[in-house]
Amino acid sequence: MALPSHASPLERVWHYTYLVICGLIFLFLIAPILIVIPLSFNAEPYFTFTQKMLSLDPTGFSTRWYDLLLTFGMQEPEAARDGSWWADAWENAAWINAAKNSVIIGFFSTLLATVLGTIAALGLSRPEMPYRRAIMAILISPMIVPIIITATGLFFFYSATGLANTYAGIIMAHATLGIPFVIITVTATLVGFDHSLTRAAANLGATPTTTFFKITMPLILPGVISGALFAFVTSFDEVVVVLFVAAHDQQTIPRQMWNGIREQISPAILSVATILVIFSIVLLATVELLRRRSERLRGISPG
Amino acid sequence: MTDAPADPHLVTAAQPSSARSAGLTTADGQPLKAALNAAEAKAKWHAFFLVLPLFAFVLLTFVAPIGQLLYRSVHNPGFTTHKDLSTGAQTPIMTELREWFDNNPQGTEPDEAAYAALAKDLVLLRELKAPGSVGTRINYERSGSRSMFTKAARRAERLEAPFKEAMLDLDEDWADPEIWAAMRGASSAYTLNFYLAAVDLTRDTEGSITQVNENRQVYVTLFQRTLFLSLLITFLCFILAYPIAHLLATLPLRYSNLLMIFVLLPFWTSLLVRTTSWMVLLQSQGVVNDALVGTGILADADRIQMMYNQTGTIVAMVHILLPFMVLPLYSVMRPINPSYVRAARSLGATSWTAFRRIYFPQTIPGIGAGALLVFILAVGYYITPALVGGADGQLISNLIAFHMQKSLNWSLAAALASILLFGVLLLYWLYDRLIGIDNLKLG
Repeated sequence: MALPSHASPLERVWHYTYLVICGLIFLFLIAPILIVIPLSFNAEPYFTFTQKMLSLDPTGFSTRWYDLLLTFGMQEPEAARDGSWWADAWENAAWINAAKNSVIIGFFSTLLATVLGTIAALGLSRPEMPYRRAIMAILISPMIVPIIITATGLFFFYSATGLANTYAGIIMAHATLGIPFVIITVTATLVGFDHSLTRAAANLGATPTTTFFKITMPLILPGVISGALFAFVTSFDEVVVVLFVAAHDQQTIPRQMWNGIREQISPAILSVATILVIFSIVLLATVELLRRRSERLRGISPG
Repeated sequence: MTDAPADPHLVTAAQPSSARSAGLTTADGQPLKAALNAAEAKAKWHAFFLVLPLFAFVLLTFVAPIGQLLYRSVHNPGFTTHKDLSTGAQTPIMTELREWFDNNPQGTEPDEAAYAALAKDLVLLRELKAPGSVGTRINYERSGSRSMFTKAARRAERLEAPFKEAMLDLDEDWADPEIWAAMRGASSAYTLNFYLAAVDLTRDTEGSITQVNENRQVYVTLFQRTLFLSLLITFLCFILAYPIAHLLATLPLRYSNLLMIFVLLPFWTSLLVRTTSWMVLLQSQGVVNDALVGTGILADADRIQMMYNQTGTIVAMVHILLPFMVLPLYSVMRPINPSYVRAARSLGATSWTAFRRIYFPQTIPGIGAGALLVFILAVGYYITPALVGGADGQLISNLIAFHMQKSLNWSLAAALASILLFGVLLLYWLYDRLIGIDNLKLG
C-alpha cells in the first residue's frame, strides 16, 4: 500500500484522502461500541458526557449504574452488604436471574448444537454424501430466514405441541439458530483435513471411535470450539424467539435489555452493554487465537 | 476419491485361476464392480447416518414450525370450528349458514332462509360462548363486526320469524352486503383471503378481487419501503466496505490482522448493545448532537432528529450489517495479484483506468456475495427498526410482530411472513447458485 516514489501530486493527495476516509470508516465501526464504556460511569442519569466528565473531574464518574444492576429487584437493597445481602442479590436481583437463565439456555443449546453440528459436519464433508447441497442448504437456512418468521413459526408449533413456556423449547430453538455457525466453522476446518491420517489410524487397528477421539477430534477442535462460541453468542444475544415462546418469568439478559430499552432507557442499560462489550472482546480474542492455532495445526502459514 | 483404487484390502489383481469369471474380482471372489458399488453405497450410508440426527432435529425445530406457519396463512377455522380451550373438544359451527352459502351462488341477496340459518347458528354460538371469537374472524375483513355478533348472539334465543326483520331490528348493518361477503369467505376454513389482505386486496360483494380503500392500503407501501431501505442499506454498506476491504487486503497481514479487529469486534458484539449505542449517540440530547452544538456547528434550538425515524434505522443497520459486506469483499480482494494493476499502469493506464478496468472487475464476485448477503439480512430485520425506527422506520418484520402480538390477527401475520419468506428463500437460492453456501465465511 506504500506510495511509489513516482506518484504524481494528485495521486499523493488521493492516497492520503483515501487513508483518512478509511480511518473514518473504522471510527464509524468501532466508536459506537466503545462510547458506551465511559458513558456507563456517568454520575448523572444522562446519555451524554457531562461537563464534569469532560474535565475528568472524579465526581462526574460513579459506579452507581453497576450497583443498580445488582440491587434492582432485590428484597432489601439497603441492608448492610454482608453474606445475606449477597444471598438476596443472588436469589432476587433481576439482572442476576436473567444472567442465570441466559447462561443455562446458552450452555445447553450450545452443547446440543455443537454435538449434532460437528457430527453432521463430518458427514457433510465426506465426498460421497448424497444430496449434499440440498441438505446443507436446509441446515444453514435458520441463519438466513428472518428471525421474526422463525419465531412466528415456533410460536404456532410450540403452542400446538405444548413446548411453549418451557426451557426445553427455548433451548431447542436456540440450538437450531446456532447450528449453521457450527456447520460452517467445522466444515471449513475439515476442508484441509488430511484423510490419510484416519486411514493410517484404521490401518493400525484403531476402531472408528478411537480414531475420532484420538486423531480427528484434536485436529478439528479449534473449529469446533469457535463454532461453539458462535452458537453460544447467538443464543446469548437472541431476544425475538424468547419474546415469542418464553413464559413471562423466563427473563434473559437480552430480553431484560429489550424491555429496558423499550420502556425507559436508563444508564443501567449502558453498564450491561459495557459488560457485554468486554465479554465480546474476550470471545473475539479466543476465536482469533483458535484460528491461528488451527492454521498452525493444518500447516497454513501464519499471518 | 482419487486414491480409492490404492485401497489395499479391497482390490487384488485378477485371479487367473478362476476361468469362469470374466474381468476383475476381489480376493474373496466377488466381481470387482459389485464390490466397489457395495463399498460406495456403504460409504454413502455412513455419511448419511452422520448427518441424519441433525437433519431430523432441524426438521423438527425449524422446518415443521415453518410448515405450520404456511398452513396458518391459508387455514383459519375461526368461522367453521369451535375449539373448547379446557376440554379441547371441537364443534362445527355456522353449519346452517354454510349450507345456505353452498346452495346459493355468490352475490345472491340474503333472503329469509339465510337470516333464519344465521339466527339458528347464533343460538349455538351462545351455548358455546363463542360469538366473540367468531365475530373476531369476521372483524378481520370488516371492522365493527365483532360487536354485532356478540350483541346478536345474546338475543338470538328470543328472535322470532320473520328473522330478517328481527335481525335488522337488532342492527341495520346485518343487511350490509360486505358482512355477507365476509361471512361467505370465512365459511370455508381454507382461504387465500389473508394473502389478498397482505397485498392490500380484498374481495368485493360479488367475490371479485379489488383494491382496498386507499386510506387502508398499508402493506404494499410497507413492502416497497422495506425493499427500498434494504437496497439503500446494501448500497451504503458497499460504499463503506469497499475502501476498508481494499485497505485490509493490500496491507501486510501483520497490520491487516490488527485492523481486522475493528471489523470483527462489532460482529461479535451483541446486537442490542450496538443498537443501544446508536440510540445513545443519535438522541436529540445525545453525544452527536451535543458535539455539534458544543462545537458551534449547530444552534441548540435546531438539534437534528436522527432517532425514531428512517435515519436511525438506516444508520444503525448499516453499522450492524457492514461486517457482512467487508468479509466477503476482503476474501475476494486478498488473493488478487497486484501485478495486474502494475502491468496496466506500465502500459500507460492512469490509476483510475487501472482501477476501473483491471482491479474492480476482479472484485465483482465479492461485491455480489456481500451485497446479496446484506440484502437478505436487511429485508427481514426486526430488532433494530423496532427500537430505533419510530413510525416511518418500520419494516415488514415489525408489522408481522404487530399482528402477532397486538392485533392478534395471526393468519394475516402468517400470510405476510410467508410472502417475506418466499422472497428471502428466492434470494437464498440465488446466493447458493451464484456463490455457494459453502463459501460463506465467518471471520
